[in-house]
Amino acid sequence: MKMIYLDNAATSFPKPPAMMEEMNAFQREIGANPGRSGHGRSIDAGRVLYEAREALAALFNIDDPLSVVLTKNSTEALNIVLLGALAPGDHVVTTSMEHNSVMRPLRYLASRGVCLSVIGCSPQGELDPADLQKALRKNTKVVVMTHASNVTGTIQPVAEVGRIVREREGVMFCVDAAQTAGALPIDVEQMNIDLLAVTGHKSLYGPQGTGALFIRKGLEKKIAPLMMGGTGSRSEFEIQPDFLPDKYESGTPNALGFAGLCAGLKFIAGHSIAAVREKEKQITAAFLKRLYDGCPEATVYGPADADRQTAVVSFTVRGVTPSDAALHFEEKYGILCRPGLHCAPSAHRTLGTFPQGTVRFSFGFFNAPGDAAMAADAVRDLLKG
Amino acid sequence: MAASETPAVILFESVSHALHAEKLLKAAGVKCKLIPVPRHLSSDCGVCLRIDGADRDRAAGVLTDRLDYFDIALL
Ligand SMILES: Cc1ncc(COP(=O)(O)O)c(C=O)c1O
Repeated sequence: MKMIYLDNAATSFPKPPAMMEEMNAFQREIGANPGRSGHGRSIDAGRVLYEAREALAALFNIDDPLSVVLTKNSTEALNIVLLGALAPGDHVVTTSMEHNSVMRPLRYLASRGVCLSVIGCSPQGELDPADLQKALRKNTKVVVMTHASNVTGTIQPVAEVGRIVREREGVMFCVDAAQTAGALPIDVEQMNIDLLAVTGHKSLYGPQGTGALFIRKGLEKKIAPLMMGGTGSRSEFEIQPDFLPDKYESGTPNALGFAGLCAGLKFIAGHSIAAVREKEKQITAAFLKRLYDGCPEATVYGPADADRQTAVVSFTVRGVTPSDAALHFEEKYGILCRPGLHCAPSAHRTLGTFPQGTVRFSFGFFNAPGDAAMAADAVRDLLKG
Repeated sequence: MAASETPAVILFESVSHALHAEKLLKAAGVKCKLIPVPRHLSSDCGVCLRIDGADRDRAAGVLTDRLDYFDIALL
């Protein structure tokens, strides 16, 4: 049986062959510890990291590659911001559609005296920027929100929120772009984003264990590092460097992974984000239409409109639990998807799908156009057993 | 040896900065090479950029305002 991979929102699969080739070449031909030793291979390894910063900067219109901090994923990037910037007495604003990589650090901080406002979203998961504006206070330090929901694909009005936050002095705007980096255009200047968290293994087509955090120059003074240790710089001092990107990059990095990410970034830049978006929009629209036409028992959550969501569709089918449905899809059709709560309990409360969850199909660049019809027909046939 | 042929080195805060500077200098046509920091200049384990002493001012011009910190020393 052919496998149809519809779990790209968890991690993209397959990867461009160049990703594996670059990683292989790195380990064979470079393999040294970047930025530690000063010999040729160590410099070459450092160059790989520099290229990753540069390619990420180009993709998101970041002017200085050195303001791109390399991390192991977006979870680390978000934790650096939230745990490093917020202290008891500070106020932070977020939305009810966040992933646990935002919500859990915030709940922890709230238990330690940080004031937290969670702004409710519509049943489709959409934030009204006016609601967020009303929640801002004198002591608001950070506004953090996802660019698109990992549950429904709902695209949030990030640029509008960015405009609102920019008018408030001293408030940092942090965007979780785990679901959108590589899939939707992101411009940190146009969108007034101060802090951008991305993960390498989803729509940037890199390997797992890679991610990044853009920190607008100057804000590093307001954000303490999560970890401290060796950076290859200022070795004569026993205090952590205070400059970008070293302040947040202690320990030997995943240079092997970033070699792979460089290939993923080249792949995305080569196709252009606009082309990737168009392709994923078409497959999402085709799936939604066929599901609506063929399966009245299915309920789709979120906008159910390919223009307003990423290539992620969450649904339930009357009378079938998400986990039973997923097992059936895999056994009968070779469809790999994700059932359940998708690491975002408050998003499911917003959608009215807590605690049973949904089935999530998420398409990627490598899905064939025909996968949309096969997936929709598999849902239609679910009730036939 | 004429003064203009004395090599100079540019010291940075970190390898990331040195790589960034290398890129900027090469784009501006200033010849440079990454080498380990000479022991007598710093006990740091990092790298620095070696340039021709005659290019000192040009290099400084390229890097000023684009890097927060760098230092040029004659060897
Ligand atoms: C919206 C959102 N934020 C954050 C994450 C966390 O990403 P990672 O597991 O790569 O850190 C994910 C994906 O799992 C996500 O979908």
